[in-house]
Formats: sequence, C-alpha cells, structure tokens
Amino acid sequence: MNPSNGKGSMPTASSSAAWKAGDVVPDQFPAGLRVLVVDDDPTCLVILEKMLRACRYEVTKCNRAEIALSLLRENKNGFDIVISDVHMPDMDGFKLLEDIGLEMDLPVIMMSADDGKNVVMKGVTHGACDYLIKPVRIEALKNIWQHVVRKRKNEWRELEQSGSVEEGDRQQKPCDDLDYSSSANEGNWKSSKKRKDEEEETEERDDSSTLKKPRVVWSVELHQQFVAAVNQLGIDKAVPKKILELMNVPGLTRENVASHLQKYRLYLRRLSGVSQHHSSLNNSFMSPEASFGPMSSLNGLDLQTLAVTGQLPAQSLANLQAAGLGRSTAKSGIPMPLVDQRNLFSFENPKSRFVEGQQQHLSSSKPMNLLHGIPTTMEPKQLASLHQSAQSLGNMNVQVNSHGAQSSSLLMQMAKTQSRGHILNESAGSHLPSLPSSIGQPIMSNGIAGGVIGRNEIGDNGRGTGYNNQVAQTSSMLSFPMNHTTELVGNSFPIGSTPGISNVTSKGAFHEEVSSEIKSSAGFVSSYDIFNDLHPEKSQEWELQNVGLHFNASQNANPVQGNLDVSPSVLVHQGYSSRQGSGQNRNISALGRTMFSGVEATGQGNAQIMDQQLSNLIVDNPVRVKYERFSDTSSQNALFADHFGQEDLMSALLKQQGNTGPAEPDFDFDGYSIDNIPV
Amino acid sequence: MVKNHMQRQFDMKRSLLDQGYLDEQFIQLEELEDDDNPNFVEEMVTTFYNNSARLLQNIEQALVSRPIDFTKLDNYMHRFKGSSSSIGATRVKKECTIFTEYCKKANAEGCIRTFLQVKQEHACLRRKLETYFQLGRQAAGPSANAGGQVG
Repeated sequence: MNPSNGKGSMPTASSSAAWKAGDVVPDQFPAGLRVLVVDDDPTCLVILEKMLRACRYEVTKCNRAEIALSLLRENKNGFDIVISDVHMPDMDGFKLLEDIGLEMDLPVIMMSADDGKNVVMKGVTHGACDYLIKPVRIEALKNIWQHVVRKRKNEWRELEQSGSVEEGDRQQKPCDDLDYSSSANEGNWKSSKKRKDEEEETEERDDSSTLKKPRVVWSVELHQQFVAAVNQLGIDKAVPKKILELMNVPGLTRENVASHLQKYRLYLRRLSGVSQHHSSLNNSFMSPEASFGPMSSLNGLDLQTLAVTGQLPAQSLANLQAAGLGRSTAKSGIPMPLVDQRNLFSFENPKSRFVEGQQQHLSSSKPMNLLHGIPTTMEPKQLASLHQSAQSLGNMNVQVNSHGAQSSSLLMQMAKTQSRGHILNESAGSHLPSLPSSIGQPIMSNGIAGGVIGRNEIGDNGRGTGYNNQVAQTSSMLSFPMNHTTELVGNSFPIGSTPGISNVTSKGAFHEEVSSEIKSSAGFVSSYDIFNDLHPEKSQEWELQNVGLHFNASQNANPVQGNLDVSPSVLVHQGYSSRQGSGQNRNISALGRTMFSGVEATGQGNAQIMDQQLSNLIVDNPVRVKYERFSDTSSQNALFADHFGQEDLMSALLKQQGNTGPAEPDFDFDGYSIDNIPV
Repeated sequence: MVKNHMQRQFDMKRSLLDQGYLDEQFIQLEELEDDDNPNFVEEMVTTFYNNSARLLQNIEQALVSRPIDFTKLDNYMHRFKGSSSSIGATRVKKECTIFTEYCKKANAEGCIRTFLQVKQEHACLRRKLETYFQLGRQAAGPSANAGGQVG
C-alpha cells in the first residue's frame, strides 16, 4: 500500500496491509479479515465460524458479550469487525454494540432470528453497520468486508477534507509515523483515536502535502472545548458551523467538527442507555459510607492511622471519629446502620474488624480522652450507657470497616457493647470486638485502636466467646477512671490470637458484648492507651500483651493507664475465649474496673471480664497493652504478649485493688494464671 | 451397495427438503463440509439437539409455572427458534413462529398446544436426520460407521 495511490485506493491498499499487518498481500483482501463473532447459541456460533472461515476470514468466536468486550479491550487493534447476536443472556446485543462503538469504534453487524422492523431499526439507531437475519447465509458473510472498508474510507475522507489541527507534535513525526502507520494501520482505521489521527495525518502529509491535510486530533482539551460549545448551543441546536465559531480554534474546519459531532451524538446516545446502570453501581458503593454520619469525633481513636493503614476508609474514619468518641449520648445520634451495611463486619453483631496493624496507631493515638467524663466507677449502668455509645460506635465501626478495618470494628464493638452477648463470635476474619458502647467511648480512642485491634482475627480463633471486644472495651475501660475496671477487660476482648483482633466477642465485657474477639491487637492497643491517659499516674507500662490476662486479675484494673498497647495478638487469647465464652457479659466496665482501674475493682466479677477481655485483647497480637498495673497474670493469655508482663499487670492490678483477690474468681480467664495474681 | 446408500441418502435429503423438514440452510451446511470437516453437518446437528433439549426444557418449565411469564417464554422460544433455523429445521421453525404469536398475545393455551407441536416436530426431525446420517455412513463405507448418532 503506498500512500501515493491516492485517496481512493489508499484505504483499500493500506487497509489490507494494515489488516494483515503487512503480511498479507493487498490483493488477497478481504481474506484475513479479523472477525469477532459473539453469539450465545453454540450451534449458530460454530456454523458462523465455519462460514466465515470459508470466506477466508480469521475468526474468533465467543459466546458471552462480556468476554467479547474484554477480548476487544485487550487487543484494541486485533479485530476488524464484530458480528453479534441481538439476544444474549448476559448482555443485550445493542448494548454491546454501543460499547464497542464507543470504545473501539469498530463496525458491528447485528444478527437475529427476529426480523421485525423495530428490531432492525434499533440496530440502525444504535449504529450497527448492518443487520442480518438468521439463519445467516454464507453469501451475506462474504460481503461483510465492505463495512470495514466503508468505515475506513469515511474516515479517510474526513481526514482529507478537514483541516488539520496540529496538536502537539504530530508534525514532527514524519517518516517514523509513516512506517508506524503503515504497519499499524488498523489502529488508524479503527478508531478516531488521536494516535491514529496522527498517524494518518503523517501518512497523508507525506503523500501529498496539498491534498492531505493533517487529521484533527481531538485532544482532551479540544474535546472539552467542543463539548462546552455544544452545551452552550444546546445539543439540538449545535450545528458544526456554530460550534466551530464558538470553539474558535484556528485550523479547525467545519468538517472536522461535523464528523466529531456525529460521533459525539452517538456517544451521548449510548451513554444515556448505560447511565442508569452506572449510577446504580455508584449508588451501591456509596451507601455504606453514608451510614456513618456523625462520627466525626472519634478522637481518641487514631482513626487516621487506621485509615491510613487502609483499614479504615477515610470516610469511615471521619465517621468513626465523630461517632466514636464515645459519647454515649452521641451514639444514639449515630445513624449507623451498623454493621450490616456492608458486610464489613462479619460478626453477628456488627463487629468491626479491627485493623490489625492499627494497634500501634491506636496506642499512640490520643489517649483516651474518651473516657473523660466517664465516671470512674463504671457502674454497669454507666457502662451500659457507654456501651450504647460504644455500640453505636461499634456499629459505625462496622460499617466503616467494611473490609475489616478492624479499627472501625473496634469502635463498632464498642457500640455494640450493648449487645452484651457475644458479639463477635463468629466473625470470621478479624472480628471486631464488639465493644460495648460504653467502651466505645473511651475506647473510641482506643476503640479505634480496638478496631484496629480487631483486625486480627480476634475471636474466631476458636477463642470463642469470651472474646468480646473487650478489647475495645478494655480499652475503654481502661480509660475509665479506672476505678471500675469495667468489665471491659475481661470479657470483652476476645482477643483472638493472632491476627489482630478477631472476634472480639465481648461477652459482655462491655455491656455490649463486644463479642468481637479482638484478635489483633490493633484496636486493642488504643484502648489501653486510653487507660493510660486517664490515669496517667499509673505508670503504664503495662504492655499488656495479654491484656486479658492481666485483667484477669480481677483486680480492678488499675487503670491501665499505660499504653495499652494491646497488640491484637495479644488481645486475642485463646485462653480467654474459653472463659469468656461463658458469655458472661462481663461488662467492660466491670472489667475495666478490675483491671484497669486497678482500683478498686472491687473484685467485681469483672475481674473475669477483664481477664477475658484482656486476653481477648491481647491475644496474639502484638498489641502491647501497657498497663502498668496489670499484672501479667496469665501468661497464656499473653494477650499482650511481649509487652506486658502479665505478672506485672496482674500484680499491679491486684495491688491497686488492694487485692481484690478476686482476680481469679471474677475472671474466668483460661489464660490467666491466676497464680500470678497476688491476692 | 455403496451407490445404493448414497442414492438413498440423496433421495432422502430431497424428500426432507420437499416436505419442508429442511431448507436451504441445511444445504449450505453441507456445502461447508470439506475434507477437514467431513462430518460437519452431523456434528452440527448433534450440537443442536444437545443444546435445544435444554432450551425446550426451559420453555416447558416456564409453561408450567404459574403465573406464566410470557416474556421469558418469548425469550426462550426466540433462542430456540434461532438455533433451529441455523440447521435449517424448517418445520420446527414454523411451529416456533406460531408459538411466538400466541406468546405475544399471552395465550397460554395456545402456547401449550403449539409447544407440543414444536416438540413433536423437533423429535420427528431428529429421527429422520438420524436415518439420513446413517445412510451417509453406510454410503461412505464401513469405516464411516463410527459416526455418532444424532442426538
């Protein structure tokens, strides 16, 4: 194909060369035409293939429109023409037609056994270049090449007639482009892409400078100008001449605009057909996020970190923050659709998954100021209220975390704390400890951590039940003026082992049952941080790895002020689960009391909770709950594995409480080595 | 003998065409046969019957469900019709057209009745084609007897 053939012949020559990428001798055209056949009926498909092969075309068949589209997309220049059935199960043939025209600008032939006028007309309006009635005869197929040629010829014509708008550096590519265009003519022919335009333009230019004008390359800017002009005129009134005037682009001719307008109109038509589809898709995505409303103030929680870690969508983060900050009252305001929204949390309760990695963040996050204002003695009632908030938070978390952003889950957990039961038990992956709402608050700061913590599979690890999100709760608990170690600790953190806080099934640790087991620490940590903050005086070094354990020390937790770095792993603790499994609703408050408050936990049964919670919290994750007071009671609970000397923790707790002796009794930790608790 | 078989096969085809069981499409398919695909038509017919059995089942299920979803029925039938026409099953196609008309009028009884006709024609053609191909195998000689049965 030599460009010098002149316009008329060029298309043919070049196209044949193009089609065969130079391999096929032009006069063999239309042999080698690359056809894509789409039909869901296997009989028809094979017959068509056979017929097309008989015409010496190169045939690719597929029986699904989606497959066809992906084939076309993957190989933009791989086909010359598409033949598609109208009625297909997975996609309407006309839609496919539109998509192809829009994306690849290939000629498309429609086929159907239906020969009704309406259907044929539909084909025309959607831009099909032909319509064949089934059964398709080979004679009809023999001539399909004409559509390819016609299309290219039309493009050529436009090219020639139109002025050229030298976009960018097209000018500067003479020879290379020529070669390129020769060998890659398909691209040129196929679409009105800029590249193609450029190529053709170059080619044209080389051939006959006078006749061939550079093709207009519709760059983004140019197209935008075009669209603006069209919109200004009104799509109905947009005539090329006026558009041209409005655009005021030197070198652009009316013909350029006219052809582009034609394409644009087709494009719009297609769009209107698919718009609903898209919008629906979009909507579905939006909804989950929308659920978080008021969570803006999750302050303690380092939601940011969570978000950053990708666990928590930024939006959710905001939400969580808003909501999280544990304000019990606020919770109600939170419209969290809870968990279910998006499948974020796989808990039965909206357990949010804790973000595993979060813990660090959490711990570092602002300390729990969440617990401000929380009465130190977290009486159950109070706790309950907290739970509520936590719950709401938790819910929010849940939502937020759709993907297991554990952190959010932690929050959720907190919110969920209401449900004392086991919140998370099953959540498979990282479950968020269902932090009791109450916890939520304080936890929020932690909670997020908790959420974070949640990441690790808390809970599910067979931890069972006991793991409530106690972690979250715990954290909150911790932050509470630790006098009451509101059960938080014990139960709520079903800190699952490992991966973050999974299933923190706060069994009631925080009223809510943050059953989510916080396996991972992440969320957990924060909670502890909260504690730390709250009671700064207590030295926190409680690295509660096994927070739960420590909590176990029924000691009313000395407020774990330290930085409970409850690593998720720590949180989840197997041992705990069993204990906690008992579904006691350990209120976090109770737990907290026990544990964290280090205070007088008056041996409320919370100790147990605390234990559990702690354990939950601490499970395997390296959440380091630095509870200063927590004695590291149960090593096994190693919730906070490394960091906490459980013994220390427990002892601390115990000390604080002046022995609440009950450490063990209250906490049913498996993990707790009660022994450690100096009673 | 061979000639006999071939002639018989040819005659049978003639007769099928004349009686409207098959149409030009079938002839086209035969023309597509070549050395590379000597049994192309038989393979196609086999494919058709395998596929169409499923389609017929869909139609039947749609017909017995209550309330009848005529849109679905129309859709199924349309596909069945397209498939049938691809091998040139003329009579079957005709019944499909009648069915579609009843379907568009939401005439359940008409649909059911016609559907029975469709199935009948469908089965009848199959038998005939089996015979036809059998003749073809016999005409081709003992080596060709390995061909599969239709459907």
